[in-house]
Amino acid sequence: MTRRAPRRAARVVCATVLVLAWFAGGAPSARAQERFVIVPDSTAAATPAPPPPAPASFAPPTGLLVHDVPNDGGRALELTWSPSVDDVPGHGRVTGYYIERAPSPGGPWSAVDSTLARSSQYVDGSVLRDVDYYYRVSAFGDGEVAPARSITGPVRATSQWFNATRASVLAFMLLFFTFVLYFTASAQAGRKPFVRRIAGVDAIEEAIGRATEMGRPVLFVPGISDIDELQTVAGLVILENVAKVTARYETPIRVPVTYPIPFTIAEEMVRSGYLNAGRADQYDPDSVRFISPEQFAYVAAVTGMMLRDKPAAHIFMGSFFAESLLLAETGFSTGAIQVAGTANVHQLPFFVVACDYTLIGEELFAASAYLSGEPRLVGGLKGADLIKVVIIIVVVVGSALETFGLHGLTQWLATQ
Amino acid sequence: MWLATWLSNLDRRWLFLVMGVLVLEPLLFPLSLPLRVTPPVHGFAAAIDSVPAGSTVLMSCDYDPASIPELVPMTRTAFRHLLSRRCKIVITCLWSGGPGLVDSVTSEVAREFPDRRYGVDWVNLGYKSGNEAVMVLMGQGIRNVFPRDFRGNAVATLPIMRSVRDYTSFPLLVNISAGYPGTKEWVQQVQARFHLPMVAGVTAVSAPEFYPYLQSHQLRGMLGGMAGAAEYEVARGEKGTASKGMDAQSLGHLFVALCIVVGNVVSFLQRRRS
Amino acid sequence: MKREVPLFITGAIGLFMILSFFVPHHWVSVPADFLQACAVIVVAFGYVLGGANVLRVNLEGISRRERGWGYKIVLVVSLLGTVAIGIADGLRHNGSFPVEGTPSKWIYDNLYATMSGTMFALLAFFIASAAFRAFRIRTFDAGLLAVAALIVMLGRVPVGDVATSWLPEWLRLGTLQQWIMDVPQNASKRAILIGAALGVMATGLRVILGIERSYLGGED
Repeated sequence: MTRRAPRRAARVVCATVLVLAWFAGGAPSARAQERFVIVPDSTAAATPAPPPPAPASFAPPTGLLVHDVPNDGGRALELTWSPSVDDVPGHGRVTGYYIERAPSPGGPWSAVDSTLARSSQYVDGSVLRDVDYYYRVSAFGDGEVAPARSITGPVRATSQWFNATRASVLAFMLLFFTFVLYFTASAQAGRKPFVRRIAGVDAIEEAIGRATEMGRPVLFVPGISDIDELQTVAGLVILENVAKVTARYETPIRVPVTYPIPFTIAEEMVRSGYLNAGRADQYDPDSVRFISPEQFAYVAAVTGMMLRDKPAAHIFMGSFFAESLLLAETGFSTGAIQVAGTANVHQLPFFVVACDYTLIGEELFAASAYLSGEPRLVGGLKGADLIKVVIIIVVVVGSALETFGLHGLTQWLATQ
Repeated sequence: MWLATWLSNLDRRWLFLVMGVLVLEPLLFPLSLPLRVTPPVHGFAAAIDSVPAGSTVLMSCDYDPASIPELVPMTRTAFRHLLSRRCKIVITCLWSGGPGLVDSVTSEVAREFPDRRYGVDWVNLGYKSGNEAVMVLMGQGIRNVFPRDFRGNAVATLPIMRSVRDYTSFPLLVNISAGYPGTKEWVQQVQARFHLPMVAGVTAVSAPEFYPYLQSHQLRGMLGGMAGAAEYEVARGEKGTASKGMDAQSLGHLFVALCIVVGNVVSFLQRRRS
Repeated sequence: MKREVPLFITGAIGLFMILSFFVPHHWVSVPADFLQACAVIVVAFGYVLGGANVLRVNLEGISRRERGWGYKIVLVVSLLGTVAIGIADGLRHNGSFPVEGTPSKWIYDNLYATMSGTMFALLAFFIASAAFRAFRIRTFDAGLLAVAALIVMLGRVPVGDVATSWLPEWLRLGTLQQWIMDVPQNASKRAILIGAALGVMATGLRVILGIERSYLGGED
């Protein structure tokens, strides 16, 4: 056991205690529910209260059943009933149904909502969890109300611990995570898998070398989305590798960024790249610039940078939208070598046409592993490939089953 | 051969000039080319027609002024379609540059229905940042996410919002979107979770991405680009800006097709010579 | 602690949000909703950082009289002016923005909307030049792509149907275009989407479990 181990263990214990304290003291309870979330509006009276009952010339609805909506957090109850026998299209005597709710069979009754004629189902999403309710449904039309003959209840909305309709997603997700973690560990143990050559990634160093020869900077664009888009994360990881190479070659790098959070991370990535290349003193804080989250303001600024500074290499890695062709075509007009990568399939044709090399779809996510060569990152790629094989098998088997009228697999895969 | 050499060295600004002329001319002198309504557009119109008259519909307009030519005609026609069915419309925007534009468009259409009032028959809840987080939070309560509307009114005081709680209050979601956050996120976060029937109007470049959702019926219908907007106008018997723009788009597409063919012919001739 | 704490927070919250997708119970869903709301607030505050950077970089450029410093003055004045006008209008109209008849609405309609539309319109010209310059048929696959592109481009607009109206219905450009969109395009798009989604999941898993930690900066 090393000297650092006790400190590390202490940190883990502190963190665990903090998390447990949060759950115990601040964990969701009826009190916490009010603290975290504004109380659900249970006071909405969507419709006016029903008029005083008058002898109706039509029958009320029957067979009211109320049950807890499954697979939710205790937020709703579902009501079903048989419409009034007089609720017939074209006769127009029944125009709708009132739904009323009370905490006890004797009332007080409050109107929850109303539905149109011919309806036989309603979901009441204004209930409180673990509280008993009673329901009745009346028919109304032409100033008359046929009151409900019976009351249904008590029924309460409860929370479920597992959404059973998402079991298939859970199964695939666990299988996927197992594959990724297994091959990551396997690669770390020395069995590094083969990764085919990705021409676009290899071209990055060539592009930077060309910029160095020409004495011009490198332009790196990490996409136009915020940090919640994983393509931006992938682009920023590639930026660190690119910054390392530019630091080694002593070539300036320019990184225009759209959103504030990727901007701070991009600064860290570039600084880290220079640090890892042993050139920390050459890091230029102005190399990373926040431009604008507005798409076309951003592209106007970047194309301006291309035309004025004339970088010799353009690297576009991340999430792009309509501005992709503007960037690529303007970049081409300056004579720069261009490498692009995006998982936005609608922009791939523009990059393929206008750039020298393009990373397509998941090649962008593989690029960081490919560039770094780290076994734990490369191992994850094989896990993703294996789950693709599983998906192909499921697609083929599922298509065959559907063709023969067997819908079990499709129903199991359908989620809510 | 000299033609091939001349074309290969052609300054691209000549191409820009020809494209500009071809797009401008039909706008000044319309060709009135006939339009055929395709199945995705039929689906879009049919989905709105199937909404019970008088229902409250959620309309999310996730775009900014850059997409005016493609998406504003869709918004106008869809909004008019809903008002004509006496539906109430709750409008949200997940793009910061959108609310002002959407407010102008909807106010302009609403003037065609003098008996409809803002706050009673439609409301613009404005913009909220957060992308998918906003979509998920709306499932817990619309009023919690949008306490005030775009015009500064307290949402709880608006008559239209009295019957609106969450997604269960709507029979249909009409999403007009230009990118992210947009149709894909609404399908993933709302349609798949809450099973809210949904139709979408999208830009032409992103329309192919959503055909899988059309096939799986997660989208009941779709308008793709200005062509989709124009088809929708034809389906509704209207003559809007999208229909007028289709002539220009037709010539533009023809010119791009010509550029591809001519460019390859020039390249082929040069390769043969060398 | 500089790296361990962020890694722990990333892992804990990431795994918790994954859990919230499968567990509807209020012990999980209520804090998950709270975290979603927190994310909205954090993102909004991030704009302060961005604005500060824009001002710092451009003011330094102005003070050093860098190339194009005159344009930097325009940028800074526009930024500060728009923010000031927006705040003033927002305060006058209870936070509603932009309201008809205000200077903010004028800026929105006459500057922002027109400039955005102009930049977007450039795409039409750039597509023509890219199609002429770069779309080269050098292989069989590229030829197939070109034919499909021509059919879809012409089939999507009325001129395609007009030009082929003399052909049987199934041979017209509009019908062929619809088949290409519904069948081969759909299949290949699904495949790319599935691959990209798996890439997103793998990257997300690496970030959550701390396998990918370069975003924290510093030495490896």
